[in-house]
Amino acid sequence: MRHIISVLMENEPGALSRVVGLFSQRNYNIDSLTVAPTEDTSLSRLTLTTTGDDARIEQITKHLNKLVDVVKLVDLTEGAHIERELMLIKIKASGTQRSEVKRVADIFRGQVVDLTSSVFTVQLTGTEEKLDAFIAALGDNPVLEVARTGVSGISRGEKTLSL
Amino acid sequence: MDQLSGGDMLIRALHDEGVEIIFGYPGGAVLHIYDAIFRQDKVEHILVRHEQAATHAADGYARATGKPGVVLVTSGPGATNAITGLATAYMDSIPMIVISGQVESRMIGTDGFQETDMVGISRPIVKHSFMVQKAEDIPLVIKKAFHISTTGRPGPVVIDIPKDATDPKATFAYDYPKEVKMRSYSVPGKGHSGQIKKAIELLLDAKRPMIYTGGGVIQGEGSELLTKLTRKLGFPITNTLMGLGAFPASDKQFLGMLGMHGTYEANMAMHNCDVLLCIGARFDDRVTNSDTSKFCPNAKILHVDIDPAAISKTVTADIPIVGSVNSVLEEMLQLLNSSKKTINAKELENWWSQIDAWREKKCLEINSRSDGIILPQQAVRAVFEITKGDAYVSSDVGQHQMFAAQHYGFDKPRRWINSGGLGTMGFGFPAAMGVQFAFPDEISVCITGEGSFLMNQQEFATCMQYSLPIKIICLNNQALGMVKQWQDMQYGGRYSHSTYSESLPDFSKLAEAYGHVGMKISKSDELYPKLEEAFAMKEKLVFVDILVDPDEHVYPMAIKGGAMKDMVLSKTERT
Repeated sequence: MRHIISVLMENEPGALSRVVGLFSQRNYNIDSLTVAPTEDTSLSRLTLTTTGDDARIEQITKHLNKLVDVVKLVDLTEGAHIERELMLIKIKASGTQRSEVKRVADIFRGQVVDLTSSVFTVQLTGTEEKLDAFIAALGDNPVLEVARTGVSGISRGEKTLSL
Repeated sequence: MDQLSGGDMLIRALHDEGVEIIFGYPGGAVLHIYDAIFRQDKVEHILVRHEQAATHAADGYARATGKPGVVLVTSGPGATNAITGLATAYMDSIPMIVISGQVESRMIGTDGFQETDMVGISRPIVKHSFMVQKAEDIPLVIKKAFHISTTGRPGPVVIDIPKDATDPKATFAYDYPKEVKMRSYSVPGKGHSGQIKKAIELLLDAKRPMIYTGGGVIQGEGSELLTKLTRKLGFPITNTLMGLGAFPASDKQFLGMLGMHGTYEANMAMHNCDVLLCIGARFDDRVTNSDTSKFCPNAKILHVDIDPAAISKTVTADIPIVGSVNSVLEEMLQLLNSSKKTINAKELENWWSQIDAWREKKCLEINSRSDGIILPQQAVRAVFEITKGDAYVSSDVGQHQMFAAQHYGFDKPRRWINSGGLGTMGFGFPAAMGVQFAFPDEISVCITGEGSFLMNQQEFATCMQYSLPIKIICLNNQALGMVKQWQDMQYGGRYSHSTYSESLPDFSKLAEAYGHVGMKISKSDELYPKLEEAFAMKEKLVFVDILVDPDEHVYPMAIKGGAMKDMVLSKTERT
């Protein structure tokens, strides 16, 4: 099963490599990864998606917790949560295709953030699934480039991942 | 407050941390530090002849004393030579601090002379690592490193120090922190009382109980309480290779070591038990055999460990207890003492008669040869008898290691020093040096094989420099015995690169070349008198080269893919 794990860690050199290294060292999978400092600049928040059965996810969270740089973590998929990913996508479109691409972008609530006579650059936010669906919906319109941030997420309600 | 340079602060901080001895080898990036060592007399530095030996010596010191071992190496090759020793300590959870020099900070990343990314290279085999950014951080980094290395599940910590951070020209007000708090590092304390209660209930209901303990009991100084608990319960107990000595081997409740080369009775009792109490062990594949689905098929498993990640990693625990060994054992004893319920005496008696029947197999019996050729097991037993079972025994890796584990009965913890997890050949000799430095008046024996010994033989020179009277017992079978055994059993006796008898040195002459004493024993009737002679030379290092039967195998041996009950018992018998 797919899990989204958010990790609060010391914003120090080497911290990220320890997290990433743990995954390759123990043969765990990382599907996506995103990391940035939090409002407290001594801390970074790293969010990753991975897959595995319950026993494997338990081992992953235990080993992450063992890393000295890791302060706290949460498996967001254990409870109600919001997940978002941002995608910037360049689509080749001219002539009649232009209105078609604009229409699909509107349906998905994407924004056209740049435009030339033959290329649309669309910004789209949503779940991983929604972004995949947008690419599929483009049909024959050639996709020139995709830049995705990887999944970020937060728990619903009162629950927080903070010190 | 003293004004000190980075180099001076480093050595002063080690002293303030209680370090008496460090093992190392100088080089360009650590010259400022070596100069600081020269100008003081509080911390003793031992010059080894290879950085790998420095790590193993520090490791042996740590295993024998419980205090962290400290290593100092230079950048580049000095640092990479320390890697095997770091991995060895990491696999066996040994507290160790490795301080490595680094090129000047402005040179980092330029492929400078003797530059290597030590923090990067060592990352998967350390508990944590530090790269010193500024000289004034040194005291706090040292404090944190020792705190992390020695608490919780211990492990090695690397401190990489760029040369400019130890520059004697820049000085700072030195203040060693009394304590350290890290928001991202906490140490598990007591186990969950509800879980401990449940565990005691299961133990009291057990019909065929078994206790299985590992290196964690030794690391956690839990031997005394473990012995109390085990005797109070009257249950059978087995120790892992790493856990030998945690419970007295001479006690009748002890079934010997378990696992791949464990005793028949220990492995049979494991397989047939209905409640298994595991303390400070990690269900390693050398214990469980390869297929964990066949492991202890009818047992409820209680697992006590300070590391939550060790629990349910390979074998799922029915009752997990995260906590320090001593606190959990203490609470278990208290509960037992106040419990109205008693053990199931009748069932336990039946269980013991079953175990005694298994013991009748006498799986470790030695059938000495009539032609006077020495069996390796006989040599280990002779060493056991002559040292009255009270020596510190280091070993290398291979057949001799298993013979030593099987035939030298350890009654005390921290006496058996061996590389269990990583299986590092070349570990034994430098580890025995570390032991001898820690306990100059005790007997430090290294039981080794000629293959392993050749991997760190250069330490003969260190032993001469510091007059270390180690006794090296080399079970010389003129081959890489364990490799050859597997080739006998699984590869039709095709000895691919496991023999070299034509090129072995004359070991006694080699020892003599360094100024030590060399002895050779080739007939079984010489074994006791010559060994006694060797151990009587209390001031000298003696290398005893014992020619043993080259065809001997280690038995029992687990059958791959089987359960713990599946063993080869001799060249002709299996379960």
